[in-house]
Amino acid sequence: MIVRKTKNSLGIAILGLMLFFTALFLIVFLARIFHMGYDVLSWEFISSPPREAMTAGGIYPAIIGTFWLTVVSIAVALPLGILTAIYLVSYGKPRWFVQIVKIAINTLAGVPSIIYGLFGMAIFVNLMKMDVSLLAGSLTLAVLALPVIINAAEEAMRGVPHEFREASLALGATERQTILRVILPTAFPNILTGTIISIGRVAGETAPIMFTAATFYSRRLPQSPFDEVMALPYHIYALMTEGTHAAKQVPIAYGTALVLMFLVLSISAIAIAIRYKIRKTRKW
Amino acid sequence: MISYKDKLFKGITYVASLFVIVFLFGIIYSIFREGLPLFNVVSIKEFLTSTEWYPTHAEPEFGIYTLLLGSFYVTLGALLIAIPLGLGSAIFISEVASPKLREIAKPVIELLASIPSVVYGLFGMAFLAPLLREWLDLQTGLNIFSSSIILGMMVVPIIASMSEDAISTVPKSLREASFALGATKWETITRVVLPAAKSGIIGSVLLGFGRAIGETMVVLMVSGGSAQIPKSIFDSVRPMTSTIAAEMGETVIGDLHYQSLFAISIVLFIITFITNLITELVFLKRSSR
Repeated sequence: MIVRKTKNSLGIAILGLMLFFTALFLIVFLARIFHMGYDVLSWEFISSPPREAMTAGGIYPAIIGTFWLTVVSIAVALPLGILTAIYLVSYGKPRWFVQIVKIAINTLAGVPSIIYGLFGMAIFVNLMKMDVSLLAGSLTLAVLALPVIINAAEEAMRGVPHEFREASLALGATERQTILRVILPTAFPNILTGTIISIGRVAGETAPIMFTAATFYSRRLPQSPFDEVMALPYHIYALMTEGTHAAKQVPIAYGTALVLMFLVLSISAIAIAIRYKIRKTRKW
Repeated sequence: MISYKDKLFKGITYVASLFVIVFLFGIIYSIFREGLPLFNVVSIKEFLTSTEWYPTHAEPEFGIYTLLLGSFYVTLGALLIAIPLGLGSAIFISEVASPKLREIAKPVIELLASIPSVVYGLFGMAFLAPLLREWLDLQTGLNIFSSSIILGMMVVPIIASMSEDAISTVPKSLREASFALGATKWETITRVVLPAAKSGIIGSVLLGFGRAIGETMVVLMVSGGSAQIPKSIFDSVRPMTSTIAAEMGETVIGDLHYQSLFAISIVLFIITFITNLITELVFLKRSSR
């Protein structure tokens, strides 16, 4: 009995240790980014363009670039994603077609982000002659976000109780009216959560925009969808690997990382909070 | 009774769902179209087994054996770190922790999964690598060891959150039956809960593997980038993803070097595709039970 009790305590202690190590790493990680980033953070840092070959000045063009990349890609992916989810949930025929769509979604979700970058470069940049541009990068990111959005929307719509749909059909509404006026509004908060999560993902991606949209240095803001843009994640990478003044560039990279983390984490926190609230208030 | 509006709407959703298939085929088509011509010049066997990667030499060599090795070592290292930490944390959170700690830990883990990889790369390059170099007196801190740590910590939230899901769906009655038989908590965890959650846990590990082998920014910034057969875990490597990212900028569209980078992406795609397929089978097995 003593052996079993000792084993029990030891086993649980090891499990606790695993959680402790994980937490420890994350605390060191977050503290480091926050501490180093906080030193360079100022109003000037987020509101002015880079100066003196990236060794001074701010990251305003990168913030704007990331904003537009995210907005355009979600604007493309969200309608496509929701319509696909409607098809899968409400129509779902023929079965073999649904199976193929589902396999495609799962395969897309597992494709490494660098391959999205190559795809975007081969198709949007070269074949469709968009050049390295905001548009080419946004479309690449839209393809990357699509499986995430479809899965979120599908799950949200499947969560709507059957009775809602049946009651609506029994009142004489058509399938389309039922979808647009009953199922979508009911599923909306959950679709929103999934979309917000994909926004966080899109805003932080680097590899897909390396060859499709991002430029290391530009003093002016993008004037049209066919301009190259600066972006926060690529800016961090470029500061760490290009240029010759490492001592001056590393602090700026930390500052950029802090801004990016703040954006992504606050976006995700909003999503998690919404979901938490739905779970508490939902009555079915 | 069905009006043209309803038909039109149905048609639109049908067309929209075609896009996923179009995009997937677009990806496959583009990497094969740009990558396959390389094999007119280099045999597939030489491409996969030669250790000579000199794409820019006057007599270029395109052997990706060292790059494959780099990817696998770094991924293996990452999983060796992420499996015990992620799974251990998941078990602790769902089986041992108080409900209050669980309420906090779950969302925090989900939040961590959304940290951009380039920020992990920055942390590894600017903080961990110099630290390790000093502590262990190494030539470079950018090596298999440091990139495995960073990559591993990136994969922890994925494994932790997915295996926590699997563990928490194990029915409460199984645990109660085990306790009623006089089993301790540890015995219940190892002999009842884990076997019952097995397929979900394996799924989470496979997902972590796919994520780690496809990750670009962390290995690009932290693995050091030398295409060699490593002799120890403190040697630099050049994984497939970082080779593509680092060299694509130097190529001219359609030249051999450009084709060879696309050929690497074909290999990468096949590896992740197979992983995905296996993951799927593991999960399907669970849902049909």
